[in-house]
Amino acid sequence: MSTNAAQNFVMVGERTNVTGSARFRKLIEANDYAAALEVARQQVENGANMIDINMDEGMLNSEEAMKTFLNLIASEPDISRVPIMLDSSKWSVIETGLKCVQGKAVVNSISMKEGEEPFLEHARKVLRYGAAVVVMAFDETGQAETAERKFEICKRAYDLLTKEVGFPPEDIIFDPNIFAVATGIEEHNDYGRAFIEATRRIKAELPYVHVSGGVSNLSFAFRGNERVREAMHTVFLYHAIQAGMDMGIVNAGQLGQYDDIEPELRELVEDVILTRRDDATDRLLDAAERYKGGASQKKEADLSWREKPVEERLSYALVHGIGAYIEVDTEEARKRAERPLHVIEGPLMAGMNVVGDLFGAGKMFLPQVVKSARVMKQAVAYLMPFMEKEKQELGIVDQPAAGKILLATVKGDVHDIGKNIVGVVLQCNNYEVIDLGVMVHSQVILDTAKEQNVDIIGLSGLITPSLDEMCHVAAEMEREGFDIPLLIGGATTSKVHTAVKISPNYQRNQAIYVTDASRAVGVVSGLISEEHRDGHIAKVRAEYAQMAESYARGQAEKARASIAQARANALKLDWKAYTPPKPAFLGTRTFTAYDLGELARYIDWTPFFHAWELKGTYPRILNDDKYGEAARPLFEDAQEMLKQIVGEKWLKANAVVGFWPANSVGDDIELYADEAREVPVATVHTLRQQMARSTGKPNLALADFVAPKDGGIADYVGGFAVTAGIGEEDIARRFELANDDYSKILVKALADRLAEAFAEAMHAKVRRELWGYAPDETLSNEALIAEEYQGIRPAPGYPAQPDHTEKRTLFRLLDAENEIGVKLTESCAMWPGAAVSGLYFSHPEARYFGVGKVGRDQVADYAGRKGWSLEEAERWLGPILNYDPKQSADAAA
Amino acid sequence: MTREERIERLYEAVKERILILDGAMGTMIQRHKLDEAGYRGERFKDFDRDLKGNNDLLVLTQPDIIRDIHSAYMEAGADIVETNTFNAQSISQADYGLEDLAYEMNVAAAKLAREAADAWEAKTPDRPRYVAGAIGPTNRTASISPDVNNPGFRNVDFDTLVEAYSTQVRGLIDGGADLILIETVFDTLNAKAAGFAVEEVFDEKGVHLPVMISGTITDLSGRNLSGQTPEAFWYSMRHLRPFSIGFNCSFGAEQLRPSVDEISHVTDTYVSIYPNAGLPNEMGEYDETPEQMAALLEDWAENGLINIVGGCCGTTPDHIRAIAKAVAPYKPRVVPQVEHALRLSGLEPFVHG
Repeated sequence: MSTNAAQNFVMVGERTNVTGSARFRKLIEANDYAAALEVARQQVENGANMIDINMDEGMLNSEEAMKTFLNLIASEPDISRVPIMLDSSKWSVIETGLKCVQGKAVVNSISMKEGEEPFLEHARKVLRYGAAVVVMAFDETGQAETAERKFEICKRAYDLLTKEVGFPPEDIIFDPNIFAVATGIEEHNDYGRAFIEATRRIKAELPYVHVSGGVSNLSFAFRGNERVREAMHTVFLYHAIQAGMDMGIVNAGQLGQYDDIEPELRELVEDVILTRRDDATDRLLDAAERYKGGASQKKEADLSWREKPVEERLSYALVHGIGAYIEVDTEEARKRAERPLHVIEGPLMAGMNVVGDLFGAGKMFLPQVVKSARVMKQAVAYLMPFMEKEKQELGIVDQPAAGKILLATVKGDVHDIGKNIVGVVLQCNNYEVIDLGVMVHSQVILDTAKEQNVDIIGLSGLITPSLDEMCHVAAEMEREGFDIPLLIGGATTSKVHTAVKISPNYQRNQAIYVTDASRAVGVVSGLISEEHRDGHIAKVRAEYAQMAESYARGQAEKARASIAQARANALKLDWKAYTPPKPAFLGTRTFTAYDLGELARYIDWTPFFHAWELKGTYPRILNDDKYGEAARPLFEDAQEMLKQIVGEKWLKANAVVGFWPANSVGDDIELYADEAREVPVATVHTLRQQMARSTGKPNLALADFVAPKDGGIADYVGGFAVTAGIGEEDIARRFELANDDYSKILVKALADRLAEAFAEAMHAKVRRELWGYAPDETLSNEALIAEEYQGIRPAPGYPAQPDHTEKRTLFRLLDAENEIGVKLTESCAMWPGAAVSGLYFSHPEARYFGVGKVGRDQVADYAGRKGWSLEEAERWLGPILNYDPKQSADAAA
Repeated sequence: MTREERIERLYEAVKERILILDGAMGTMIQRHKLDEAGYRGERFKDFDRDLKGNNDLLVLTQPDIIRDIHSAYMEAGADIVETNTFNAQSISQADYGLEDLAYEMNVAAAKLAREAADAWEAKTPDRPRYVAGAIGPTNRTASISPDVNNPGFRNVDFDTLVEAYSTQVRGLIDGGADLILIETVFDTLNAKAAGFAVEEVFDEKGVHLPVMISGTITDLSGRNLSGQTPEAFWYSMRHLRPFSIGFNCSFGAEQLRPSVDEISHVTDTYVSIYPNAGLPNEMGEYDETPEQMAALLEDWAENGLINIVGGCCGTTPDHIRAIAKAVAPYKPRVVPQVEHALRLSGLEPFVHG
C-alpha cells in the first residue's frame, strides 16, 4: 500500500481464528494453549493493531475456549497490550468474551439479520459492557450485495444506534461485506466495486464511523494461487482505503505494495475489482495459471524436472499428475526400450509404485491418485498400438496382471462414484479391472466372472434395497459353485450387515466388507497372495462369526413399544390453534432446464470432498494441514468444471413439484385431487417409531405432521422430484473414452451435488413462493445446510420413511418420468442417479427423525395397508426390522 | 432538599470551584482503638467468628462513631463524604460470615452519612453536602490468577462480581446516597463489573446518579495492578459516562503526579484525585503533614489539573482543612473537548481517528 491513507489503516490480526486458520484450530482442539498464545504473540509482534479471536467451531465448547484463551492472554503483557476483537456468530460467545477483558474491546459482530429487536438488545449490551462494535450490512432480507443496499442498511443501523441506543458513532465499525469476485457467476462480478462505493457513501454521510472488512473473502475463487490473491487484496485495499475503508481483518504478512505488482497482473486484477470490462473475469482466469505457484523462482523450479532423465520425468509426471508431457516422455522411453511393454513394467510401474507407497503412507489422497492414474492411462493408451503391432508381428503374449477383479453396482442401483474410484485405485496397482457399470443383473455378474476367470468379485450399492440384492448375489455364487472372495462396499453397506446377512449366504468362500476405496488395495492384495489368502479369510471369518453372534444377542435385548402403544404416544399437535397454509397452486408444476448457475450457489461442498475421501468441512478443508494440499486443486478443478457445466450446458436440470389437499388417517396420509377431499388420488404410507419411550418424547410418524381427516381442517402435502443428471452419462462416457477417469468421477460428483443443491433451492422456492408460508425467509447457504428453516422434505428410503417403494406413489403423482426424465429402477433407485425426490411438510413442528427399528406388529399392519404379503414387507423393510423374520416364521410355525 | 435538586446543584458547583472530598475513614476509626467487643456491639455479641477489623460493620454496631467522623470531615470543609462501605459487599464480607448483611450495611451507611450531611446542610443551606456511596474493589481480582502456576485460573468472575455489587448499589441508593463512587480500582475488570452492576440497578430503580470512578496506581511505572496505563484505564471505563475519573490511594501525591497529568489531558469529564498522606514509613504509618500534602495538591490546582480533591489513607480532617484552604483560590480544571475517535484499550491505549 502506498497511499497516505494506509498509514491510518488498522490491521486486525486474523490468525487467532479457528475458522480461518487450521493451525490455530488444531492447537485449540488439542488444548495446546501455550502454542496458541504464540500465534497471538506473533501477530502483535508483526504489527497487528488488535487481534481478532474466533472460537466458532462445532466441535469446541466455544464459550469455554474463548474464556480460557482470554484469561491466558491477560497474563501475557506483550499480547494483552493491544485491544481484543471478540469474533463470533454466537452472542453467548461474545458475551462470555466481554466478561473476560479489562480493556475496551470490539465486538465482531452484530446485525439486523434477525430484525431490529435483537439488534438493539445486543447493541445496548455491547455499550453496557463497554465495547465498540462491528455491524454487518445484513438485515432481515439478507446480506447486502449492492452498494445501494449496503449503504441503506448501514444508514438504518446508524440511526438506530445513535438515536435509540445512544451508541457513540465513533465506536461503530461497519462491515459492508466483502464477497468473492470472479467466481464465474455474473452477479458476483460487481461485489468488489459495490463494497468500495458503499464505503465512500458511508464515510461521507455517516459521521465518525469506520469501515472494515474481511479482505481474504474477495479472492476466494483463486484459492491456491497466492500470487493472484495477494495482488487482488493489495489492489482492492488500495482503492477501498482511498474510499475510506480504515480497518481490515488481514494477514499482515501477505499484503504487498500496489506499485510492486506486475503491471499486467495489476491491470487484470483492477479490471475485475472495478468491473471495467465484461470479460475481466475470463481474462484474469486465463492469466491466473501463469502466476500460479507464487514467486517466479518457484516457477522455474517447477520446470526443472524436465531436465532430468526420462525415467525420472515419467515418475515425476505420475506422482504430480501432470499429463502435459506424458506422450513425449513415453515415446522417448519407448525408443530406448527393447519392447513397449518394458516401458510399462519399468518406469511407469515404478512411478505408480511411488504413488502407491505415498498413498499407503497417507501422504497422497484420492483425488491426487486418480489424477496419477489418468496420466498412467494416457501413457498406456499411447503404447497400445505399438504393443498390438508387436503382438501381431511376433506373437508375444503379455504377462498376466497381478489379478483380475470384477466390479459392479448391483441390479436396481445406479450409484457408482465410489466403485469407479476403487477401480482406478486397483488399476494403479496393476490389477486388471473389469467394470460392468451400474444396474447389473446378478446373472451377468456371475457369467462374466466365469468367462473371464476373475479372482475377486466386488459389489457396490448405495440404497438400502441393494443390501438385499447383495445377499441374493452371494447366495447365487454359493449355488453356482463359486470359490472366490466377494467384496462388499458402498454407503449403506456395513461390516455388521456383511457379517450377519451376506456372509451366511456364501459359505464356500468369504464375503468381505471394505470400508472405503483407500482400503481396497490392501484387502485385494491380501486375498490374491497365495501365501496370505487362507490366513486372511480365516481371520475375517472368525471376526464375522463373532460379530454375528453378538449382534444376535444384542437384538434380543432391544425393547420396543407395541404399535398400539406407539400410536397412543404419537405427536399430538394443536390443530385448533393452527391454520395450515395453502399452497399457491394445487396439482403439479414442472421446471425444465433450470439455471445451473443459480444452483451452483446452493452447493454444499462438504459431501463433495467426502466423496473423494477427504474428510473435513468445507471451506476449512481447503486450508487443512493434512488434506488442504489435495483439497485445493480438487476444488479448483471442480470450480473449473462447474463453470463448463454451466457455461456449456453439459447437464440439464429439471424439476417437478406438486401440492395436494391432504389429511392424515392413522399413520397414512390421504391425498386428494381437490378441496372437496372426497376421493383420494393416492395414499402415502408412513412408518412410526417404536422405541420404548420413558422420557415423554413422542413416537413420531410423518403422518403426525398433517391434520387428521376427522378434524375437518384443510391441510396440504407437497411432493417433488429434481434431477441435475440429464446428460451426465454422455459426458462421463466421453471422459471414459479419453482415459480420463478423474474427470469422469468429477462430473458425476458434481452432478450429484447439483441435484442436492437443486432440491435445496427448490425447497427454498417452495417455502417462499410455491407454498409461500415463509415469504420473507432469507437464509445463507450455511443456514440452509444447517436446516434452519420451517418445514421438511423427507425422502423415501431415508430415516424418516425408510421404505423406498413410497417413491413409486410419488413418481406416479408427479408423473416424474415423463415430466423430468427420471425413472425408478426395480429397487426404486432413481435413474439418472443425480436426482432427489421427497415429500414436503410445512408444519412448524415438522422435523427430521429416524424411524429406527420396527416390530413385527407394525410390519404386519403396514403390509396390510400397502397390500403386500408379510414376506414382501419384510423384504423391503429388511434393514429396519427389529426381529429376524426367519426365526419369527419358525416360531409361528 | 431532594436528591434530584442536590445533584443539579452539584453540576453547577463543580463548574465554579474545586470540590472537596473527605479523608480517610480507617485512620479515623483507628483512633477509637475499638476492641473485639467494640466491633460486635450488642447485636453481634454472640457471633461465632471474630469481627474485629470489619470496619464496614461499624455502621450497624457503632453508628455514632461513623456519623461523627463524617461530621468532622464536613466541618473541615468536605463537600462530598464517602459512605463507610469500602468492603460492604458479599464477597469481602464472606470472610466474616456476614455476606447476608451486605444490603443492610449499605442502607445503614448511606443513611448515617446522609444524616450527618443533612445536619450540615441545615447549618449552611447555600452549600449542599453530598454523600458518595463507596464501592471498593473486593478482595479478589477478575483479571489476575491467584495461582502463579495456573495463569488461566480465576477465583472470581464477572457475573459473581456483578451480583455482589448489585446488592451493594441497591443498598446505597435505598439509603440515600447522592453519587456512586467506584474506588481504589486495582483491576479494571472488577471496575467494569461494578459499572455494569451500577447501570443495571439504575435501570431497575429508574434512578440515575452521577458516578465517580477512581483507580489506583500500584507501582512507579504508573500502571494499575492489572497492568493498564491511566489512558487505557480511562478508555475501559468511558462508556459509563462518569461524572469524574481519577485516582486515589496509590502512593503519595508526589509520585502520583505523572498519572494525574496524563488522565487530566485525555479525559473529557471531571478529574478527581485523593491520594494517601505520602508513602507509608517503616512503621506502616502515613506521616505526610497536612501542610506538606496541601502544598503538593495546590500545585495541581494551580496547573488546572483537578476538579475534585481529597485524601485517602493516613489523611485526617486536618489534612482536608489544609487542602480545602490551599486549593480555594484556584479555578477548577476546564474539561477539554476530545475529538471523535475510536478509542480502545488493551493494557495500553489505542486511538484511531
